[in-house]
Amino acid sequence: MATPETRHLKISVQGIVQGVGFRPFVYNLAKKLALTGSVANTGQGVEIFISGPCRKTDRFLDLLKTEPPPLARISDIQVSDATQSPQADDFTIVPSADGSTKTTLISPDIATCTDCINDIFSSGNRRYHYPFTNCTNCGPRMTIIRHIPYDRTNTSMACFPMCPSCDGEYHDPTDRRFHAQPNACPRCGPVLSWHDRQGNRLCQDNKESLIHCASALAEGHIVVIKGLGGFHLAVDAASDESVRKLREKKNRYGKPLAVMAADLEKAGQVVFLGEEERELLSSQERPIVLAVKKENTLSPELAPGIRELGVMLPYTPLHHLLFTTPGCPQVLVMTSANLSDEPICTGNREALARLSGIADFFLFHNRDIVTRVDDSVARVVLGRKRMIRRSRGYVPVPLAIEGAERAILGCGAEQKNTFCLSRNGQAFVSQHIGDLKGPENMVFFEESIEYFRQVLEICPTEVACDLHGDYLSSRYAATLGLPLQRIQHHHAHAAAIMAEHDLDRGLAVIYDGAGLGDDATVWGGEILHVQGCRYERLAHLAHLALPGGDRATREIWRMGLSLLAGAGLDITRDSTLPGSLAAIPTGIRRTVATMMQKKINTPATSSVGRLFDAVASLLGIRQDVAFEGQAAMELETLAWSGWETTGPETASGRYSATITKKNNRLMLDYRPLVHWILEDLGREVPGPAIALSFHLWLVRSTLALLDHLSSRCSTSTILLGGGCFQNVLLLEMMTTGLEENGFRVFSGEQIPVNDGGIALGQVFITAITPSTITL
Amino acid sequence: MNTQIVLDHGSGGLASQELIGSLFLRYLTNPHLHQLEDAAVLDGQAGRLAFSTDSYVVDPIFFPGGNIGELAVNGTINDLAMRGAKPLCLSLGLIIEEGLAMDTLEEIVRSIARACDYAGVPVVTGDTKVVPRGKADKIFINTSGIGVIRDGVEVSATQAVKDDVIILSGTLADHGITILTSREGLQVDGNLQSDTRPLHFLVQNILDQAAHAVHTMRDPTRGGLGTTLSEIAKTTGLCMEIEEKAIPVQGEVRAACELMGLDPLYLANEGKCVVFAAPEKAELILETMRATPEGRESAIIGRVTDVHPGRVVLTTISGGARLVEPLTGEPLPRIC
Ligand SMILES: [Fe+3]
Ligand SMILES: [Mg+2]
Ligand SMILES: [Zn+2]
Ligand SMILES: [Zn+2]
Repeated sequence: MATPETRHLKISVQGIVQGVGFRPFVYNLAKKLALTGSVANTGQGVEIFISGPCRKTDRFLDLLKTEPPPLARISDIQVSDATQSPQADDFTIVPSADGSTKTTLISPDIATCTDCINDIFSSGNRRYHYPFTNCTNCGPRMTIIRHIPYDRTNTSMACFPMCPSCDGEYHDPTDRRFHAQPNACPRCGPVLSWHDRQGNRLCQDNKESLIHCASALAEGHIVVIKGLGGFHLAVDAASDESVRKLREKKNRYGKPLAVMAADLEKAGQVVFLGEEERELLSSQERPIVLAVKKENTLSPELAPGIRELGVMLPYTPLHHLLFTTPGCPQVLVMTSANLSDEPICTGNREALARLSGIADFFLFHNRDIVTRVDDSVARVVLGRKRMIRRSRGYVPVPLAIEGAERAILGCGAEQKNTFCLSRNGQAFVSQHIGDLKGPENMVFFEESIEYFRQVLEICPTEVACDLHGDYLSSRYAATLGLPLQRIQHHHAHAAAIMAEHDLDRGLAVIYDGAGLGDDATVWGGEILHVQGCRYERLAHLAHLALPGGDRATREIWRMGLSLLAGAGLDITRDSTLPGSLAAIPTGIRRTVATMMQKKINTPATSSVGRLFDAVASLLGIRQDVAFEGQAAMELETLAWSGWETTGPETASGRYSATITKKNNRLMLDYRPLVHWILEDLGREVPGPAIALSFHLWLVRSTLALLDHLSSRCSTSTILLGGGCFQNVLLLEMMTTGLEENGFRVFSGEQIPVNDGGIALGQVFITAITPSTITL
Repeated sequence: MNTQIVLDHGSGGLASQELIGSLFLRYLTNPHLHQLEDAAVLDGQAGRLAFSTDSYVVDPIFFPGGNIGELAVNGTINDLAMRGAKPLCLSLGLIIEEGLAMDTLEEIVRSIARACDYAGVPVVTGDTKVVPRGKADKIFINTSGIGVIRDGVEVSATQAVKDDVIILSGTLADHGITILTSREGLQVDGNLQSDTRPLHFLVQNILDQAAHAVHTMRDPTRGGLGTTLSEIAKTTGLCMEIEEKAIPVQGEVRAACELMGLDPLYLANEGKCVVFAAPEKAELILETMRATPEGRESAIIGRVTDVHPGRVVLTTISGGARLVEPLTGEPLPRIC
């Protein structure tokens, strides 16, 4: 059969190429082109041998690159001449070889595809109403994988032997379920069960369980629902009473609760959805999307005082079926089923033990969750997706990072922790781990690092952590016995943006909560000139006192007093204070004044996050926060209503940029701001107008600083990072203002601007830091 | 006689002699000291000896509830007691800044004498140096002490085992908050007082009751209970699970801590101990502690487990759990 132009090629494909229907795709492609040979999964990816006429092998390579299956992500293709012509007169799929080096990437969990949705809603289909339907284009991945290569035996589906029908699909290269590892049907797969809070199994039947669940939700009960990467606590989002009961039992007050809407239409009834939001909501990753609330029939307790609501769409067959079960409320609160400060549970028994005090009923199933992964959170700002929490659907897809060849572990920050591992130019940022001070989270952190090391086969030879030595992540880093780089927190925030957008230089505006600076003060309102692995601090917010340390983050009246004292006012005298702060007993104010004067547990900070708290306190929005960022979110909400009522032009123009120079360093000077706010309060200017004016002041002052600094550093690249840029109004006004002035503006899109991005920044800086070994 | 300490008082010459005669021997009366020999000779000691030393540089030197003198006596007595030893005697070394008022020194020496009398532990040897102004801050005191450990007593940080019950002998943070507020002249509500006191009576009482059941004892001084428990967790590789709501803290101390943003777990105590006791004797030990005045407010605050090896886990009042770790230095903000 061999003609002079016959070629024998060996093709190695790397990336996310396993468990995504890659081999059937190759098989069908080869068949179509009448090529012979084989395809196999290996530890490195997929290996293909093909033989055939040159013209056809070229076409094969072309289509391989241009039309791979939807979930595949090819990072590299290597083609070489096969030394021996393969003994084949057909094309075959050969069973997985257990590769020695596992460089294959595992896929994230993907929302149910339209084909599978059709299956579960077609009454003749054998998967009609089956809640665990999936195929190579959708379904669980990372959350069920114990080891790689990704084969059924290495997943939590191993204990469900396939029935003959499923087995047939699994081995049929033309079937959508060819080598779909979690393939299952009602005859052979996992099953739902319904339990009361004592753990008694009331029923074990898919249909019955869903009927029980829908009516329990309709009756206002709290139900735990086992999902993909964890458990949700669900209640009817329209029921005030249920939402309040959930908050009470979960001991979670004030903090916004996300909802799941039955479909895009229902979602559009509760929040405003632009085209980009609709796309994001329906994307295969199905994140929680933050969008502006509409007047709606949902409980006002969902996100009180906050402009946005987090909404997601069903992403498993179970969700789809639940919403179509008669009587089921069409918008459900779906909040991750953790007690405050604990990670999501993975086991049924664990969930029962931990949640029986909260939930009335439990909707369980018998497929184990191997890896916990929270729902992701994102929003669209200025037409671009911005991740707030990058987890389910996105993790563990790597980011390509120029220069990150070495195996580096970045241990991240302490709250909103993620970690990051790199190798061969790829950085793998972990799922959201949470606040490491929670002992369970710390275990989750250590276990997840182990898991990533194992499934990615990365053995780090260097480690990076925050400059703050008391972060539990920094403590962990120091125990590893590896070369350690301690990286300044806000430098890492900037570096995360550099890594994502492939930048090597720019001016980074990092407006954040608090991070330890290299001068032992607490930073958080910084303009850094970042260049390669170095940074220089060029400007910052003038120092504010932080009386009581972290306590001032929860009791923001301390920041209100601090701001007034910083502007030279005597906080012990009633007459100088706005009403909300004058109500604080004089004795307490006197003590706080002494603390600030003598620096007793009172570090100095340049944090813009704390400035937001201080202004919120002055305006009397609140004096204590129930969760981090609450006051700032409410201040933003207030400013938006100022924007909507008066517009930015009519808002007080007196809040002009104020910059001072001290010891040759530029500073945003908040002292005039304080006097303007007090004056406006005295004239009874409405809160929304003052809130907007404050935002405008911050933007104007920053723009003025950047204008000056950009010519000094001759750069027009601006990076916007740190938790404060989760403030949409700030991000929009700053970006627009900068772009109008000819700057190129970058911010976190795939990677959060909050502390979820710190680990990536740490890895990036370490990767590009030249070795200290000198010859 | 001078009204202030001068450099000559530490010269070893006549001025020194005069100071010793008129002050130290007047208050610290015991045969050993009166001999004025180079070393005290302790006759007829049998058994295992415990030996400890500590230096005291507290500022202010007088504070509500005590002063640097009695702190120095009680501190070393407590260090001995924490190993299960019965304290026998102390040494006393003073480093005095030139210019200290003689009255002040006298008051300190008098309270040293009072503390020694109360504890029944004499100062048997001593030394005084005077340094020029600015080379020390008013007065620094070093005390060393020797104690005897009776047979069958084996108390150390390494002895804690799983299931041990953790008992705290009273309220936390009294000393730390008192020193801080009085040093900085902070006006706070309530009557804050240092808890400085000797603990060896309490220790002897519980050893009398259940010597074998007492595994570990520590006085959470500098760094507070948080640091002490962390050290024991690291040493033993076990998990210390403690309950915030079981930990006694006086109302005014708690209020002052909250106002200043300080965590009582990390503030110093000078008259409290934690006892790790076998569970079957825990109630008996707790009762015994409560029956002694210095342990009246003793409470079971937690247990030793193996859930989170090497860590201290605090169940907070709101029901959450949080890791308690030793601090590198001053607490710096961590919330971002
Ligand atoms: Fe941060
Ligand atoms: Mg000591
Ligand atoms: Zn599918
Ligand atoms: Zn089947």
